[in-house]
Amino acid sequence: MLIGTNYQRLDGRAKVTGAARYVDDLPQPEGCLFGLTLRSPHPHARIDAIRRDPGYDWQGITVVTAEDIPGENVVALMTDDQPVLAAGLTRHVTEPIALVAAPTRQRAAEALKHIHVDYTPLPALLDFEIAQDHEIKIYGEDNVFARAATLRGDPDALLRDAELVIEGIYRVGHQEQLYIEPQGLIALPREDGGLTILGSMQCPYYIHKALKRVLGGVDFNVRQTTTGGAFGGKEDYPSIMGAHVALLALKAKAPVKMIYARDEDLIATTKRHPAVIRVRAAVDPKSAKLLAVESQMIFDGGAYNTLSPVVNSRGVLHGAGPYVCEHVRVTGVMVASHTPPNGAFRGFGAPQSQFAMERHMDRIARHLEMDPAELRRINYYRPGDLTPTGQRLDDPAAEEVFERARAWVEAARRAPAPVEEAPGGRGRDLARGVAFVMGFHGAGFTGNGESGLAAKVDVSLEGDRVLIHTASIDMGQGIDTVFPAIVAETLDYPLDKVSCAPHDTATVPNSGPTAASRSVMVVGGVSQKGARQLREALRAALGAGPEATFAELVAARSPEAPPLRVRAQYDDDGAIWDAARYWGDAYPTYAWTAVAVELDVDRDTGEVIYRRLFQATDVGKAMNKVIVEGQLEGGAVQALGYATLEEVVIDARGAMKNNRLTDYIIPTTMDTPELETAIVEYPFAGGPYGAKGIGELPHDVPAAAVAAAIEDAVGVVLDQLPMTPQRVLAALMMQEEEA
Amino acid sequence: MIVEFTLNGEAVRWEMPPDTKLLDALRVQGLIGTKQGCREATCGACTVLLNGRAVFSCALLLAQAQGGTVETVEGLGSVSDPHPLQRALVDASAVQCGFCIPGVLMSAKGLLDQDPNPSEGAIRRALNGNLCRCTGYVKIIEGVTLAAEEMRRRV
Amino acid sequence: MSRVYRPKDLAEALQMRADHPEAAPLAGGTDLMVTRHSAPREAYLNLFNVEGLSGIEVIQGGAIRVGAATIHRQIACSPEIQRAAPILAEAARVIGGRQIQNRGTIGGNIANASPAGDTLPVLLALDAQIEVQSAARGARLIPIEGFFKGYKQLDLAADELITAVIVPDHHQDALYFRKVGTRAAVAISQVILAGRVKRVEGRVIEARVAFGSVAPTPIRAREVEAALIGHPVDPRAADALDVHPIDDIRGTAVYRRAVAHRVLRTWLRAL
Repeated sequence: MLIGTNYQRLDGRAKVTGAARYVDDLPQPEGCLFGLTLRSPHPHARIDAIRRDPGYDWQGITVVTAEDIPGENVVALMTDDQPVLAAGLTRHVTEPIALVAAPTRQRAAEALKHIHVDYTPLPALLDFEIAQDHEIKIYGEDNVFARAATLRGDPDALLRDAELVIEGIYRVGHQEQLYIEPQGLIALPREDGGLTILGSMQCPYYIHKALKRVLGGVDFNVRQTTTGGAFGGKEDYPSIMGAHVALLALKAKAPVKMIYARDEDLIATTKRHPAVIRVRAAVDPKSAKLLAVESQMIFDGGAYNTLSPVVNSRGVLHGAGPYVCEHVRVTGVMVASHTPPNGAFRGFGAPQSQFAMERHMDRIARHLEMDPAELRRINYYRPGDLTPTGQRLDDPAAEEVFERARAWVEAARRAPAPVEEAPGGRGRDLARGVAFVMGFHGAGFTGNGESGLAAKVDVSLEGDRVLIHTASIDMGQGIDTVFPAIVAETLDYPLDKVSCAPHDTATVPNSGPTAASRSVMVVGGVSQKGARQLREALRAALGAGPEATFAELVAARSPEAPPLRVRAQYDDDGAIWDAARYWGDAYPTYAWTAVAVELDVDRDTGEVIYRRLFQATDVGKAMNKVIVEGQLEGGAVQALGYATLEEVVIDARGAMKNNRLTDYIIPTTMDTPELETAIVEYPFAGGPYGAKGIGELPHDVPAAAVAAAIEDAVGVVLDQLPMTPQRVLAALMMQEEEA
Repeated sequence: MIVEFTLNGEAVRWEMPPDTKLLDALRVQGLIGTKQGCREATCGACTVLLNGRAVFSCALLLAQAQGGTVETVEGLGSVSDPHPLQRALVDASAVQCGFCIPGVLMSAKGLLDQDPNPSEGAIRRALNGNLCRCTGYVKIIEGVTLAAEEMRRRV
Repeated sequence: MSRVYRPKDLAEALQMRADHPEAAPLAGGTDLMVTRHSAPREAYLNLFNVEGLSGIEVIQGGAIRVGAATIHRQIACSPEIQRAAPILAEAARVIGGRQIQNRGTIGGNIANASPAGDTLPVLLALDAQIEVQSAARGARLIPIEGFFKGYKQLDLAADELITAVIVPDHHQDALYFRKVGTRAAVAISQVILAGRVKRVEGRVIEARVAFGSVAPTPIRAREVEAALIGHPVDPRAADALDVHPIDDIRGTAVYRRAVAHRVLRTWLRAL
């Protein structure tokens, strides 16, 4: 059996030999121009005029503004509020206003300096915490992009009357995805007069949907190239960049390439949504059971709607954590501010709301003077429990991940990791801490979302090769290897004869976005269905009996036989979901995790030194053990960055001030602890071979585990991310003063 | 300006504007295995070996390679005949998006050329200038350890 | 389009420096080549691999002469430095990441004169001397303390090059180096402490307490040094520390001041 073993990545050899071509590696198309973007320096301003310097030599330079858009000036995603190029009004710093293409990057940069924009600055609303109903209007009447709420039972009554109510406020900041390959796209005029958009992306069909409205009837296809990381940052942003290169290419009648410089990528593209979350819990002091939970969260969407309502939704649906409670209200409000729009980043609202809930559990435990592990044990979901949306959970995974993490922490307390000298100096004043938290993550689109998407995958036989035609792309997480493995397993056919076809909208159907932890679980499942359909079609075509294997059928086929192709579509799963009430089956399934962190806090400086991280994570069924481990390890380390290193410093205009890699810092090899990963499997019947989606889960709760371990080490309680050395030291010094 | 040096074992002679960075020179010449991630001498995706030492090619003038030896990922091995490091990183499942990998490979080679039996700490230090966002470094370090074992066996 | 001058030895380098003052001296390039700094320079004077400009040798009195174009990695691995001035090796080991250490030079670290230069407080603590040379006037030795005249201002004439650092042998003193960075590698320092204490019969007779990243230049905390002299080490001498760092993108003045005091106190307590 292939599934669950460590078959090699199909794209591994190409990547390690430099043969793999990312967008900037593609042979330069003839006459290719380089594109740059003129961006707004104001958070809110009227655009009075865009003027070209008449004295400049514009020969060979193409300039595009909103007036050049043949279709609609809109980035189509969920609502029509975001323009491709700002016209008349700019609503955030870095907003694109004009585009330039020239034969070289240097000439384009020079030309950009000769475009002058007249602005009338307007009052700007930068603080999302006061944005609702503010007199400065950004969106609608109240600056609210979206609201979401779950309600189960009668939490108000309990919170009013309970003997013990614990309240806490938690804050989390922006986080940058920091894919190592910067954003880049090329628009290539086709011989038939159309356009091909190719490059680094997560969702070819998102770009396709967006460009259909912008390009006014021009025929085009979108093709993904080898993508050097994304994590959500290339989910919706490439639609904007795609429109930009396409508009330049149409006007210049030449290929146009845009590759963002790192500092531009950092300042201008989407980030994780900041949030402030207030949690109140009524707790029975004797049994330590959660009697009622109320979580109210406000997210900062930035200036435009993009896909923020879904982040709000997911944040809300994870807001009460992996704990059962009969009386729950979770509300989320996604508000607007005059800042660059925020977007998808692994976890998509769940890391924010679960940070708050896990910190809150520790707050409750502290108040009750009980072991936080025991508090969790009393309250985590058991099979048969209902979620705040009334969804019945049958998974016993919570218990297993809990027990494993608890055992690990107990062992770590008995036998702590050695205190090796950390870089930076000898004889540091270090305090050791270890703690664990729990988390969960709904896999797939919410409610009826998957039925609505109706993901399609074509599977074809060409010669003796099987090809999978899907819009789900590989951004490092292994789709181009795992989908072929699922199909090879299903057909009992050699893996080296199965592969994914190029992810090109010209030739693949819409499988939905590569996001939401849905690719393997949902689209992999549709691929499996397609494989079975292909086998049946082949059987029927050859008039063979049911005992003939796929390999035999292929061998029986004539070598000249034309390709045989079938289309599979996601079966309506019949999920019961009331989108108005947020009641029913919120997700096809949930996956579970418990994460323990062992660290040292430097009492002099507030620096945190990670020693070990343990996770027990339920994946349903691992399609490939080491690929799954890679996801769990990578996600956990990103969350450690979220916890203590990664801070987006915002300047007075609402823009990222520290937009350099020396100043926005992610973990290096020296910052990363030893990682121990226990894969736990509680198969999901709705996923191929039992797979659950797990792309995002590993990023959800390690930051809360870090906060708990810091508390264990030095007794300071931190409720804000990131827990930079400054914040840790400030808390330590306050504690010293109080002593 | 004409610059002559040894590239992946072969003598080359390139004529380029004097302020051309080594990274750009390599890529313009078709050696696209070395990547640009930041152009700020921080991410490590542009790492090559210059006279046996791992350096950021984005922070080096081509002119400064004069008379020296430069090694890039293209010289390490091919799809049909990979270097043990290349094979080991694939075997260890250390390759996810792959963008950091050429730089990682060159830093690792620089290490193993000097220290054929590195400790985990030595590997971490040798790779501390190669940022990876996908893997959490675990399997990269495992892969380099595996490659070191394999290379010691061969000798 | 820049010009690049490539001298083959020190004499030629000094002559080119005098003849082409507009050519920016370029050794490792890890500071100069990073895009943000400025547009490409009109011309560069390549000092990497120039004969006579790099190397580590023990000279009279056991001091060590380190050529200006010696890379940090060589300093980090040098047995001579490890013996006579181990804190210089420690500093070289935490500069940037491996690729920076393979390329960046001590001369570059000095010439760049960043307030956060990692080796600079160490040189202050060790009473190093800077050797500079010009084609016209030959060599002069400048005590490190007077070398940094202000923010990015050095006692260096337009026709001079930094050619070496002379580091005395203080291995018998208690030496200390501490870098507080934003992360464990590839980090710009928030506070650097380099210290040296010489004791006779338990009493401090000489003290150097040098800090980086808390002032426009690396500095000695003379008030702390004075408080240490004449008696056994008293950690309360740390309370005499009077530094006035600034807020910047990496850290606040408040944080730097607190950290400088605390790491100093921890060191003194351990002595």
